Amino acid sequence: MKMKKWPFVYVGIITVITYIPILLTVIYSFNASKLSSVWEGFSLKWYAELFRDRDMREALVNSLILAVLSCILAVFIGTAGALGMHRKKNPVNDLIAGVSMIPIMIPEIILGMVFLSVFSFMGLPFGMITLVIAHTTFCVPYIFSMVKARLVGMDKSLEEAALDLGASPVRVFWDVTLPQIIPAILSGVMLAFAMSFDDVVISIFVTGPTVNTLPVKIYTKMKTGVTPEINALATLMLLTTVVLLVGAAVVGRSGKKQKA
Amino acid sequence: MKDIILQLNAIQKSFEGTEVLKGVSLEINRAEFITLLGASGCGKTTTLRIIAGLENPDKGSVLLEGKDITNLEPNKRNVNTVFQNYALFPHMNVADNVGYGLKIKKMPKAEIAGRVAEALKLVQLEEYGKRMPDQLSGGQRQRIAIARAVVNEPKVLLLDEPLGALDLKLRRQMQLELKRLQKQLGITFIYITHDQEEAINMSDRIAVMNKGVLEQVGTPNEIYYQPRTSYVADFVGNANILHVGEDAFAIRSENVLMNGEEPCTKEAQVVEKSFAGGQLRILFRLEDGQLITASRYGIDADISVGAQVKIGWLPEHAVKVVEA
Amino acid sequence: MRSAVKKGKSNWLLLLPMYIFTILFVALPILYMFLLSFLSRAEVWGVDFTFTLENYKRILEPLYLGTFAESLKLAFLSTGLIVLIGYPYGYFMAKMNAVWKKRMMLLIMIPFLTSALIRLYGWIIVFRSNGVLDKILMGLHITDKPLKLLYSYPAVVVGMVYSLLPFMILAVYSSAEKLDFSLVEASRDLGASSLKAFWTISLPLTLPGLLSGIVLTFIPSMGLFFIADILGGNKIVLVGSVIHEQLTKGRNQPFAAALSAVLMILTSLMIRLYKKLTGSAELEGLM
Repeated sequence: MKMKKWPFVYVGIITVITYIPILLTVIYSFNASKLSSVWEGFSLKWYAELFRDRDMREALVNSLILAVLSCILAVFIGTAGALGMHRKKNPVNDLIAGVSMIPIMIPEIILGMVFLSVFSFMGLPFGMITLVIAHTTFCVPYIFSMVKARLVGMDKSLEEAALDLGASPVRVFWDVTLPQIIPAILSGVMLAFAMSFDDVVISIFVTGPTVNTLPVKIYTKMKTGVTPEINALATLMLLTTVVLLVGAAVVGRSGKKQKA
Repeated sequence: MKDIILQLNAIQKSFEGTEVLKGVSLEINRAEFITLLGASGCGKTTTLRIIAGLENPDKGSVLLEGKDITNLEPNKRNVNTVFQNYALFPHMNVADNVGYGLKIKKMPKAEIAGRVAEALKLVQLEEYGKRMPDQLSGGQRQRIAIARAVVNEPKVLLLDEPLGALDLKLRRQMQLELKRLQKQLGITFIYITHDQEEAINMSDRIAVMNKGVLEQVGTPNEIYYQPRTSYVADFVGNANILHVGEDAFAIRSENVLMNGEEPCTKEAQVVEKSFAGGQLRILFRLEDGQLITASRYGIDADISVGAQVKIGWLPEHAVKVVEA
Repeated sequence: MRSAVKKGKSNWLLLLPMYIFTILFVALPILYMFLLSFLSRAEVWGVDFTFTLENYKRILEPLYLGTFAESLKLAFLSTGLIVLIGYPYGYFMAKMNAVWKKRMMLLIMIPFLTSALIRLYGWIIVFRSNGVLDKILMGLHITDKPLKLLYSYPAVVVGMVYSLLPFMILAVYSSAEKLDFSLVEASRDLGASSLKAFWTISLPLTLPGLLSGIVLTFIPSMGLFFIADILGGNKIVLVGSVIHEQLTKGRNQPFAAALSAVLMILTSLMIRLYKKLTGSAELEGLM
């Protein structure tokens, strides 16, 4: 089919517009002035200030710990669940699978509200534990559904062939099943990690007085006023995303090689 | 004296209430090439999977060299399978694929390498050890799948329509090669196909299956010339089934005489002429209304549609069969 | 036929964590929310376990009903704009060649996976008084004084659209990618104008993606209180903001639960409608 030019132009314009605020953030992170409306020359002082900010560093570490723990738990729960449900189908499994998807289907505020009330009812101290539980609930669906989709697409006779060649069921899992689903687990983790690392709404409700996550910290700062420090932070986070995405693309490419 | 390696005793199997195997019994000899032949859904693949241990029968038993292996796990049977879609592990190279079974048996690495090289030589793909499966053609994958199975020196090799995905020319070539391999290795091959030509070309014996029942087991000659049932006559020889009173007779189309060949004693009308596969096929309607097909090589015969002619057959070409 | 591992003896071990976790931390908490919505607030702190319909009656008060109306209005407006911008984007993207598809995907994913807050922050720079937009407009002599766009309704709409647009693009893209463009060619061959071909072939066949995109943007847009908070100041009050306020300042969990319950029912109605319209339970492009 012939492709006209204007669709490209349209897509190009929209893409450029979506990048304007991002680029401005990056540009102003190097601005010597404290005001985002004036340009007073190139400076790295906001980066320096950011690195000196202990609260910010603590929040970053907290966010990383939180995302990593939630993802580990979610990989464990989601992958095992997908494997178990793939082997035997029954309506109870379908129900549980359906319920497990709810956290990413409803507005985040509901989840935050639910956890705040449940955790206070249970008397759990608000902090890292409550954060991890809450984040795991919305990380599981990403990993579960990715792995499930991969298992559906997987050639069942591969497992049978390994069994036929003398491998025990445990061996079959390690030698054949796991290598097949690893790309799916990785892409699930990538999404789950991004969602956890980015989450404000749920974290605000379940975080304790002593634990701050990075997005919560940024949110409070943004509400109290503009600090150019955030520009520097935004630039660094953007850089991280780009690096991670390129990394994921490389992993994805080698994963595709295996799949074919 | 017969040397039976594998014995199936009255195997029954149902899936979700549908009876797939209705008491299949079969004795298979050592170093024999036997083919399970039948249309799709006849139960031949299920039979194979039961021998491999990938399914358990509801009733009946499987004996390998006299030992009951009915409920033995597939990984503990000295039986290997060449899967229909080859099932090569996509994340392992060819050598790792072929050596997988040996690695499981904890054979020393150097020995594995030697055995793998030998197996690859056997299927004429010595140079391909480092390739990934997706870098191979269909025919090459097929050979690797065979190498991966035979390298374990199984007592019995199961082949589930292994040539089904190949084109006609390659299929013919692989038929000969498989037969050569089997002779060379001296392993019992249990081969599954729905292609009667393939079965006749390769097998020492053929077991024709229909709707979960073995209709006839015998040499290709027996199956072709002395079909026991009308199903076998039709499926293997494309024979006409004629009913005379209570009895049914199978007459293969090339044995139907016409155009003054002796003896032509029956009145018939030409219904249809068609050309296919190098053969001219002519459909007649006999006086009692039964239809019968004759076939001749060549593209035309001196006979036209609608004509009233005389046809016939030699008495020895009408084989009495059991109605299926 | 069954899977390679015939007897699922170890199966329950695989399922156990998922069952326990889902029941304990998803199913029961949601049920507790519904229970909570029928209870009342304790005098000082916590919850009083006596049944009441008071919370739901309170939602019917004009103040809160107005909030729901406002939230729905904003959600409809945002979703409408997102459809208008995102549908053509996703559709055109699906028609690009493989190399460009990959590039565009990367360009969409970078902001999508970067913090939502950070992306909004860029808009503050654009909208703030004497900010970039004002500078440009005044420089072009279109306006002569700052527009004060920050903390206004349009700013909130822009923030919503900007935050949720990727969901629509990805949903439409994944649907349009599966579209066999030779069908469009066939309809052109049969005499349809390109517009007619789009209406009769492309649109119906990409409808699941469009609807999925609508669900994926409409639902979160009712709960994203922080967008209204950051770009709208405290001028625009949405359901999400009220829930947040009731939990933090008001310490009225039961009322927040009732608001959440109503929001959840609205959400599930939307999803049910989606399933009915498309006959599919899976949301296109969600992953």
